[in-house]
Amino acid sequence: MTTHILNPDSWVDLYADYLFNYAVARVNDTETAKDLVQETFFAGLKSAKNFKGDAAERTWLIAILKRKVIDHYRKINSKKGKAEVRMTYSSGNDSEGDWMEEQIADPFSVMENSAIENEELGLAIQECISKLPKKQALVFTMKTIQGMDTEDICNELDINPSNLWVMIHRARTALMECLNQNWF
Amino acid sequence: MISCDKASIICNKAQYREAGFLDILKLKLHILLCKTCSQHSRKNSRLTGLCNQAKLRSLSEREKGEMKQKLQPKD
Repeated sequence: MTTHILNPDSWVDLYADYLFNYAVARVNDTETAKDLVQETFFAGLKSAKNFKGDAAERTWLIAILKRKVIDHYRKINSKKGKAEVRMTYSSGNDSEGDWMEEQIADPFSVMENSAIENEELGLAIQECISKLPKKQALVFTMKTIQGMDTEDICNELDINPSNLWVMIHRARTALMECLNQNWF
Repeated sequence: MISCDKASIICNKAQYREAGFLDILKLKLHILLCKTCSQHSRKNSRLTGLCNQAKLRSLSEREKGEMKQKLQPKD
């Protein structure tokens, strides 16, 4: 049965940025993240015959990437020595009895939540971008994410500025529509 | 007054700080009088805000090209 056909040729165009954002949020280093994405594609290609088609391609690739991230941490952990949990609490007499409270996470901190939310937002935007026609996605990414100059983009893609703004307009309108339900 | 089409172009340019002062003035006047464009403009700014907030990253075309090349079957 060959009903579940994978399309490795289009993987990079469709999923590289999505996987990259996912990886960067976890390993905090762009070079490492890039390598992990590449390894994910390799692994996906290698085990393509095991793809049952139960999940969408992207979900399947994310599952592989998750393993790669874990492997990455195992590797650096074995090099640097085992994980250490360090707690610094003074044994001074002045903080008698309340050390426990000092160790417990601040319940009013919203830092963690906003980091998680921003990652979700990033992946949602990336997913919407991947639904755009290829050229629109490219122009939008170059302009918005990479912050390139209009002139440079026009030169690189051989289009004129009014073409560029039309594509930006279409891309932005489509993105607003796509993100509308959850984020507006 | 400028047309809605013209207004939307200025509005998009403004998202990337590429709209001139006079154009922005024209846009503001248009928005004051046109409900549709006013809504669109608000959403457009919101989209810019979301994109900044998400701290999006992407691989360059060159990097993607290299990735594709590495994925080519070697024979």
